[in-house]
Amino acid sequence: MAYVRPVSTTTWYLKDRNYFIHMVNELTSFFVGAFALILLWGIGAVAGGPEAYQSFLASLTGPGMRLFLWVTTIVIFYHAIAWFKVTPKAMPVQKGEEFVPGSLIAGGHYVVWVVLTLIVLFLAGVL
Amino acid sequence: MAKVNKALFWSLFAAGGTLTAFLFPVLALIVLIAANGTPPEIMGFEQMKGLLGNWLGKLVAFGIVSLALWHAAHRLRTALHGLGLRADKLVSLVGYGIALLGTLLSAYYLLQI
Repeated sequence: MAYVRPVSTTTWYLKDRNYFIHMVNELTSFFVGAFALILLWGIGAVAGGPEAYQSFLASLTGPGMRLFLWVTTIVIFYHAIAWFKVTPKAMPVQKGEEFVPGSLIAGGHYVVWVVLTLIVLFLAGVL
Repeated sequence: MAKVNKALFWSLFAAGGTLTAFLFPVLALIVLIAANGTPPEIMGFEQMKGLLGNWLGKLVAFGIVSLALWHAAHRLRTALHGLGLRADKLVSLVGYGIALLGTLLSAYYLLQI
């Protein structure tokens, strides 16, 4: 039987910086799921009428919830940047013989993201 | 999994990743501002009702919530496997179960608005 190098199934991502970053990126998905559930909660509150919606807004301001939303927001920003960072690898663009530089693809995503974020903040009445 | 299903699954996964990357940061920021006691205009009840009261709004909200849930469930499933947890059936059941339930609930709520 051929030799198989033993690899730990529980700690392999600690052996290499890139593996570790990958694992962190994947785990940030927890906060994406959690925030989707918060959005779902809010949609349910709108469906429930003005009183249900007011109590939803009040629940958001509790100290535990506020702390959780701070962490969630920061992690979600990290999650988004990590996603845009790998776009050149996930969807390389070829133009003639050459590949379009990865920095241009990721950079394009960042520009669209910033513009979109500013538009939504403006429409939401924040800016 | 059949080839066709795989393509469909991957396009939904990619759509979820792209949507959450572009929209979740700003949505989280808006909710965070509300949590700090000063809800932005858009978070008012009448504004939310107007936003979710038409078919375009419903469709966008449904797409964002359900795709984000499926995307997160799938990535957490593979991450937990990577951490050495070998209870894939249970992890899939819980993760995709929550995603399915959230998808159905969001449709149910949105149809009531």
